[in-house]
Amino acid sequence: MSATIVSTPSFHKRDPAMAAALNRRRRFVDGLVRWLCIIATAVGLFFLASILLTLILRGISSISIITFTTEFRPTTYGDPTAETGGLYHAIMGTLVQTAIGTGVGTPIGLLVGTYLAEYARNSALGNAVRFVSDVLLSAPSILVGLFVYQLVVLPMGGFSGIAGGAALAILVIPVVVRTTEDMLQLIPNTLREAVVGLGAPKWKMVTLVCWRAALSGIVTGILLATARITGETAPLLLTSFGNNVTSFNLGNAMASLPIAIYQQANSGFPDLIDIAWAGALIVTFGVLAINIVARLLLAGRK
Amino acid sequence: MSDTSLPQASAPPATRRTIGSAGDTLFEWLCRGAGLFVLLLLGAIILTLFIGGLPAFREFGLQFLWSSDWNPVEGRESYGALVPMLGTIVTSILAIMLGVPVAFGIAFFLTELAPQWVRRPVGTAIELLAAVPSIIFGMWGLFVLVPFVQNYIQLPFGETLGALPIVGVIFDSNNFAGTSIFAAAMVLAIMILPFIAATMRDVFNQVPPVYKESAYGLGATRWEVMKGVVLPYTRISVVGGIMLGLGRALGETMAVTFVIGNANRMASSIFDPSTTIASVVAMEFPESLMGSLKQSSLLALGFLLFFISFVVLAVSRWLLRSRLK
Repeated sequence: MSATIVSTPSFHKRDPAMAAALNRRRRFVDGLVRWLCIIATAVGLFFLASILLTLILRGISSISIITFTTEFRPTTYGDPTAETGGLYHAIMGTLVQTAIGTGVGTPIGLLVGTYLAEYARNSALGNAVRFVSDVLLSAPSILVGLFVYQLVVLPMGGFSGIAGGAALAILVIPVVVRTTEDMLQLIPNTLREAVVGLGAPKWKMVTLVCWRAALSGIVTGILLATARITGETAPLLLTSFGNNVTSFNLGNAMASLPIAIYQQANSGFPDLIDIAWAGALIVTFGVLAINIVARLLLAGRK
Repeated sequence: MSDTSLPQASAPPATRRTIGSAGDTLFEWLCRGAGLFVLLLLGAIILTLFIGGLPAFREFGLQFLWSSDWNPVEGRESYGALVPMLGTIVTSILAIMLGVPVAFGIAFFLTELAPQWVRRPVGTAIELLAAVPSIIFGMWGLFVLVPFVQNYIQLPFGETLGALPIVGVIFDSNNFAGTSIFAAAMVLAIMILPFIAATMRDVFNQVPPVYKESAYGLGATRWEVMKGVVLPYTRISVVGGIMLGLGRALGETMAVTFVIGNANRMASSIFDPSTTIASVVAMEFPESLMGSLKQSSLLALGFLLFFISFVVLAVSRWLLRSRLK
């Protein structure tokens, strides 16, 4: 494991045959490792391809305009003439809860990220906030569900769309914090000095110059956070629970795409499982599309 | 307070300063308040989980930690954390064992071996794997991976390795559903792969080129440079990246719920069904009665999960601190 391995071959007595053998062995090991790495990369790509192909093959056959316009219907298995259900209720529920989550979480995350980059780069409080935010970024999302259950669902006496939105907002905050701080730190200090040198107060420097300079990066963070919560299932199971009818009442249980997928995939009825695949296709391609847009936005900036 | 105050040098400086500083104080406290809110949030999560789990901790005491009971029958209610806790730890460690070599291979390929034009698209594809929602991994796992594991891993391995003395029992299983600890570990391994690979790639890229070039100059092969220069230089961060993957695996819920079989009993084989803390909470919490002992036990489990993953994530962040700067 030490650097001596590297220099061993050349400093001993030269024996041409031995040197050649050693050389062959070193080349062989190098080639072997290279192939193993190529295989590892192929394995990683294979899994992504397998997931996407499975989704397309099983989802495309059951996706239709009905999927987007109809609510849940109980199984019609064995009755080919019956109308199949759709996911309209779930798509609407996901849109509402994701909007609440992003709308509430983004401003808080933006302010925290600004605090870390502009006010507390090296203060003890800043380091504590940075640490906690990073832990929240990777903390199990189901625990956020349990937290919101205790804090919102119990006092309200039942599952609700607003509780689902609150849980998603908590998940948005650390993502936006991380990207906002990173992007603000990329801004050269000379820009800040120029603004302050003109006599502007610091809050104007931050809001009118720094935020604007980091805009595409901040938007990337918001998009990534939105993508993340669009596919979140576990916290919603404990907060908005899911619903088989379309509901815009934030005080009641609310459907969402991931929960609808979860329930119908485990229903055991082939026709409902087909609808679950259609939903899975919609969610995955929605999430991946947001991710790709976010990446292009960031790439265009550099 | 308007934007026009910037170019107007003629305005009385004293007034401007007070307005500016009032805005400054307000904005600074707004930002600081948001920061304090995040601290408060973490504290509140710990506190609510602990308070919610308190009745269970009171009822069962320390016994809760090593009891494998899970009996919701009224009058004989008894809950213990041992099975889900072991399930969580075993699946996560197996996932690390399966995922880390592959992640290392990907990171090595992307930093040293691949030609430039390959690096970006392949790197992006691996990162997109991290963006796939966990419920999709669950569905794919249930309908694609579980049959594969059952036919091509459980049966042949069970037959050959199951005959071994002592360790054979780990591989020997007569589980016909296919959902098992091993299937869960495999899904977890695929899910944490992109996180570990991305961290490793980033830290490998941080090695000063001069170090690598001097080794190449001595005639070292690429693998020797990796083993003798890059890995020793980055080993702390590499361990940090692995811990980050471990922290993610511990708390993963939906994907595991689909493929682990959700059986709250001791498994003797890695091909037997079991459960994890996160999946037992997801399966049983929504249908448990408000304020019941079962609900409190599930909250207590949540508290334990929080504690375990907090420690792992904190260690990970501490190990990665040099990279973060």
